[in-house]
Amino acid sequence: MDDISVFIRKIESEIEELTPGTLKPETHYRELPEWSSMHALILIALSETEYDVSLSGEDLRKCETLRDVHTLISTRT
Amino acid sequence: MALFSVNGMRIKGIAAAVPKAMESNRDYERISEAERNLLIRTTGITTRHIASPGMTTADFCQHAAEKLIEELKWQKSEIDLVIFVSQSPDHFLPASSILLQHKLGLPKTTAAFDISLGCSGYVYGLSVVSSLISTGGFRKALLMTGDISSHSITPEDKSTWPLFGDAGTATAIEFDSGSKSFFNLQSDGSGANAIIIPDGGLRNPINEKTFIKEEVEKGIVRHRRNLWLNGLDVFNFSVREAPSNIKTLMEFSNVNQESIDFFVFHQANLLMNETIRKKLKVPSEKVPYSLAEFGNTSSASIPLTIVSQLKSQTSTPKKWLFSGFGVGLSWASAYLETENILCPDVLYI
Repeated sequence: MDDISVFIRKIESEIEELTPGTLKPETHYRELPEWSSMHALILIALSETEYDVSLSGEDLRKCETLRDVHTLISTRT
Repeated sequence: MALFSVNGMRIKGIAAAVPKAMESNRDYERISEAERNLLIRTTGITTRHIASPGMTTADFCQHAAEKLIEELKWQKSEIDLVIFVSQSPDHFLPASSILLQHKLGLPKTTAAFDISLGCSGYVYGLSVVSSLISTGGFRKALLMTGDISSHSITPEDKSTWPLFGDAGTATAIEFDSGSKSFFNLQSDGSGANAIIIPDGGLRNPINEKTFIKEEVEKGIVRHRRNLWLNGLDVFNFSVREAPSNIKTLMEFSNVNQESIDFFVFHQANLLMNETIRKKLKVPSEKVPYSLAEFGNTSSASIPLTIVSQLKSQTSTPKKWLFSGFGVGLSWASAYLETENILCPDVLYI
């Protein structure tokens, strides 16, 4: 599993709406004004292709911050 | 496991018909321009063809079948089997396949029945036709697949309206003792609520509450006769199960994945299909898309993609992997080889 900074950089590279540097480990990503359900799909896709880890909608609902998402993926790799 | 091989099935032709009328997601004003751009980029869907009221899936399948019969120069008296795969039939009863037997002028010796499946329906339908035709008791068969999804979606629901298009297809299949096909069929009813039209069947008959609109969240207003879609759950299911199903089929058939010419996936959305493609490590040039013009056309999407994107490729021998996944939940894959598939141009009705 990537270091959290690499993980965040990968998310930012997939989401054009976000200015690089916007996301931090403690970012409550769902509260970002740019965030939408489409971005949740992008996050699930990234987890599948980069880490071969399946995330459900319920998994994401339980994750408040990007650190939570990173930790969840780490526990499944 | 529903993992099996069948001898004797050969696809001879595929035709597809769509409504002339189009909707563009660029004109979808219920979401902001930024949301529209994100939607089109993520789903890969720019336009969709929408049927006018009164036109049914069977009508489009009939046009496709008539064109195919004419161009293949088939004798109608030799067509022994008609299967119609759809979740938007003409009536609760009788089955639309039987109406099509009559409308197409096929003999009373033709066997006809419906299969109720959506996104996985083309592969399931092929597996049933293959199994029957392999008995040697059927000379020629027509597999007709598709849906008019627009009847159950509303512009008030941004989670479904920009995704689905209408289409009907026909695939002509003959007995050929030299062919062998492989199938892997799966299902999981625990995910039934991920894609569902709640009311209108016997479980929840239409009642005084059926057509009361409810705002589920901003941009998602729907009633109980609309199609409800939980996009996250369907996405998670598809990218988890489809690659695993295909890998199992590859191992069972002992086919080298690199030898396959085209992987034709159900056209769900671009991000989902690309995730599946990347997980399987398939080069992008082997995975065609018809999403941009037609959107998600349910059980029509695999044949429509072949007709609209690969017409120039089908006259020479090819090895194919088909994979369908979605409503049910239901998913399936097939490996087959073809010699020469006749593909008339897409019909715009």
